[in-house]
Amino acid sequence: MTNPAPVPVPKYTALPRARSRRLRREPADRLVDAVIGVIVVLIVLAIVYPVWFIVIASFSDPALVATGKVTLFPRGITLGGYEKILADSRIWIGYRNTILYSVLGTAVNLLVTLPAAFALSRPEFRPRRVVMIVFAFTMFFSGGLIPSYLLIKQLGMLDSIWVFILPGALNVFNMIIARSFFESAIPEELRDAAQVDGLSYLGYFVRVVLPLSGAIIAVVGLYYFVGHWNDYFTGLIYVHSQELQPLQNVLQMILLANQTQTGSAAMSASDAQNFADQIKFGVIIVSTLPLLVIYPFLQRYFAKGVMIGAVKG
Amino acid sequence: MTLTDHPRPRQGSGTSPRPAAPARPRLASGARLRHHLQRYWQLWLMLLPALAAVAVFSYVPLYGVQLAFREYDITKGLTGGEFVGLEYFRQFVRDPMFTRILANTVRISLWTLVMGFIAPLLLALLINQIASPRVKSVVQTITYTPHFISTVVMVSMITIFLAPGTGLVGKLTGGSNLMGDPDAFATVYWVSEIWQHAGWNCIIYLAALSSVDMALYEAAKLDGAGRLQLIRYVDLPAILPTAGVLLILTMGSVLGVGFEKVWLMQNTLNITASEVISTYTYRIGILGSQFSYSTAIGLFNSVVNFLFLIAANAIARRTSGTSLF
Repeated sequence: MTNPAPVPVPKYTALPRARSRRLRREPADRLVDAVIGVIVVLIVLAIVYPVWFIVIASFSDPALVATGKVTLFPRGITLGGYEKILADSRIWIGYRNTILYSVLGTAVNLLVTLPAAFALSRPEFRPRRVVMIVFAFTMFFSGGLIPSYLLIKQLGMLDSIWVFILPGALNVFNMIIARSFFESAIPEELRDAAQVDGLSYLGYFVRVVLPLSGAIIAVVGLYYFVGHWNDYFTGLIYVHSQELQPLQNVLQMILLANQTQTGSAAMSASDAQNFADQIKFGVIIVSTLPLLVIYPFLQRYFAKGVMIGAVKG
Repeated sequence: MTLTDHPRPRQGSGTSPRPAAPARPRLASGARLRHHLQRYWQLWLMLLPALAAVAVFSYVPLYGVQLAFREYDITKGLTGGEFVGLEYFRQFVRDPMFTRILANTVRISLWTLVMGFIAPLLLALLINQIASPRVKSVVQTITYTPHFISTVVMVSMITIFLAPGTGLVGKLTGGSNLMGDPDAFATVYWVSEIWQHAGWNCIIYLAALSSVDMALYEAAKLDGAGRLQLIRYVDLPAILPTAGVLLILTMGSVLGVGFEKVWLMQNTLNITASEVISTYTYRIGILGSQFSYSTAIGLFNSVVNFLFLIAANAIARRTSGTSLF
């Protein structure tokens, strides 16, 4: 132990690559390795299997699903559930509304958030500390449900599309993430160069900063978009018209309040229940599909946002 | 469009832009304001929409909190009703539901806080042990995917899987329905929370772990540390500061059990264990139109949360030296 062991130390310090993070395994640690491996596999299964089950159940014969005969692969493949779902006008209306609210809402979010984050990122802008406190205060204190409700009501925004867009126009946390990005990822030399070229703040922001900020626009935009897509609260509290309800509130009716339109009188009660269950599996897939489709392309950005946000805390 | 507006006043002021900013010329306050606005009006313009949004949708409701101390009068609006002091707070404390709601809220949130704090920590330590970078990133991606499932879908998945006799979990519990069992409510709640969010919440710890100096591991190994000891004496200390800050932050929401998920999981069978402050506020405020009373309950909730945040911060500062403020 007292030997200086000169060989391994320079070897590791000289190669600070990702590969070098692998440590040489001692035989005594094999057991630990095995245990860790087993636990990781179990955790992955516990997360993957429920999702996989929903997928295969949505394609399988509902009677086989109900009796527990569908376990690893779909059986008695049928698209009956999906046909029923696509024929349900409520789903379409909900889908249309949610896409509208998500796209429009995210656009407004970005238009409000990014310029404000940029202004707060300028070190020479003295009032930024005070302004930041004004924003941060609202993260910890809010008027609560009823004063907000009465305000929305007084503004005449109940039962309107605006209630999905305006009250949540700014998320302070997302603004802080964007500010941290502008502070750390955009070199100050660019501002100096822009000033020499006679660019104003607006010109610098639009022509120099934004084109360099693809990553943060993706991160913040996705956070906002997912927020809109999954929003259930707004529809529940502020909107009563069926025509305006977003997807999540339609889902709640179908999935949890059990209002599936199974209809046909010839079915036995248990068949109707099985069929209703199949529709639920399908609805879960249909409603989550858009996020699942974009997810593989964008997932690295999601995690990136956490890191950027963590820098500043 | 306003590209040429800005440089002109700056040249007029005769100072070179940034480096000179600390040594501001002493001017009369009116002139200083004009000078400031000349230089920064575009930044104020960029802040305007955001400031307007928080002014209207955060600060106006905050001002409206005084409703908790007033008799709501529909003809006089948010702040015109007669002042009744703490009457509505007294009413809440005397409410026959008070003890139960408070107990439910604290039970659900404490379980979720404690388990939701431990699980990502353990998961990060575990994922960090995976040797192959590719396997590691696949595992990481899989564990944080459920974070993006909506609450409505999440709750319906819970319902499906817990369905007695037919669901994946329901098969194991035989005929008993966990969703209708008041004793199981908090457990179902926090387990599903962890299933959905532990992977996401461990990203930040994994980032902290990836920045640990390899020399530390080497040194520990030379001293004869095994795998478990490396985790205990190198990995764990590396993430504890981050964990401390996160713990303080979450302590600020002890009574802040999210509305959506509890509301969606509630049914007539489990209501004795599942009515929490936020759902009660909704029930009597929006559905029952008792605006003042409901506002008072909401305010009570915020104040208790804030006290917990202060307390957690003070404890953390004394014991570990980390604190938020």
